[in-house]
Amino acid sequence: MTRFEALVEVQLRAGISDPQGATIEKALPALGFAGVSEVRSGKAFRLAVEATDEEAARQQVDDLCRRFLTNPVIEDSAVTIFGPSCS
Amino acid sequence: MSALIGVVLFPGTNCEYDVIEAIEALGARGQLIWHGDSSLGACDAVVLPGGFAHGDYLRPGAIARFSPVMAAVEDFARRGGPVVGICNGFQVLTEAHMLPGALQKNRGLTFLCQPAELEVVTSRSALTDGVEVGTRLTVPINHFEGNYTCDERTLTQLRDEDRVILRYRPNPNGSVGDIAGITNQEGNVVGLMPHPERAVDPLTGSTDGAVLLSALIRYASRAVVTATAR
Repeated sequence: MTRFEALVEVQLRAGISDPQGATIEKALPALGFAGVSEVRSGKAFRLAVEATDEEAARQQVDDLCRRFLTNPVIEDSAVTIFGPSCS
Repeated sequence: MSALIGVVLFPGTNCEYDVIEAIEALGARGQLIWHGDSSLGACDAVVLPGGFAHGDYLRPGAIARFSPVMAAVEDFARRGGPVVGICNGFQVLTEAHMLPGALQKNRGLTFLCQPAELEVVTSRSALTDGVEVGTRLTVPINHFEGNYTCDERTLTQLRDEDRVILRYRPNPNGSVGDIAGITNQEGNVVGLMPHPERAVDPLTGSTDGAVLLSALIRYASRAVVTATAR
């Protein structure tokens, strides 16, 4: 078994309103940030998984996303696998 | 013997005694059920009350869904037992896929704690059984993530199958179709954001919640819970 690190980024699906992102975007001009748009809020998780290879690690994290880390009704996730890592 | 209503207590639940006091004031018996239990005992109905189950970490209801008691609640519902999720309990029921859709943050990112004006849309549910369609009720809401959402297909299905039980008049949180509460196809599983248990004693301003909880008690008294899934 090899240890892989994973980054899971969760964001609201396209079409689902993101009041937090919209509020942040609206505040930007007042703070002197011009020309910033398309702000979307979300959350990120970092985790380590033991798996035989990268594909198996990805499958495990995808499953974890589908069943627990995201609510597929309103959220999407993007998974990045790093590794194998030394531990 | 009056109906026995089980009230599930997750770590972080905070409306369990309000629910028990309300249903006992209405003539039924209430009993707490710990989330770690794997049985519901002899309950005629189950309420998942409001609060912040498991701290609402990750998403409201996301972790509560995996509490041991939920397998028993799902089994009870499949056998026809009445299950009502109030506020956080509604969030748990959607996360457990016992009801469709999801509750997202309120439009405008405002925590809402106020009386809400509701309209009964159907009497075909455990919580509106025998209540006349069109009845107006004033029941408090108290939530940040109460903005019900679902895809177009689900919304059409909910409407076609007469499964929207309560609508806001007017809509305080941006929920799709002004939805305040829904039910499953059989009508025995109900989720709603308003808190009927907080509108039973005249002291708290409205007694309209008693209309809904009395309907649940009536429904529970005659619900036929089968030994195996239907």
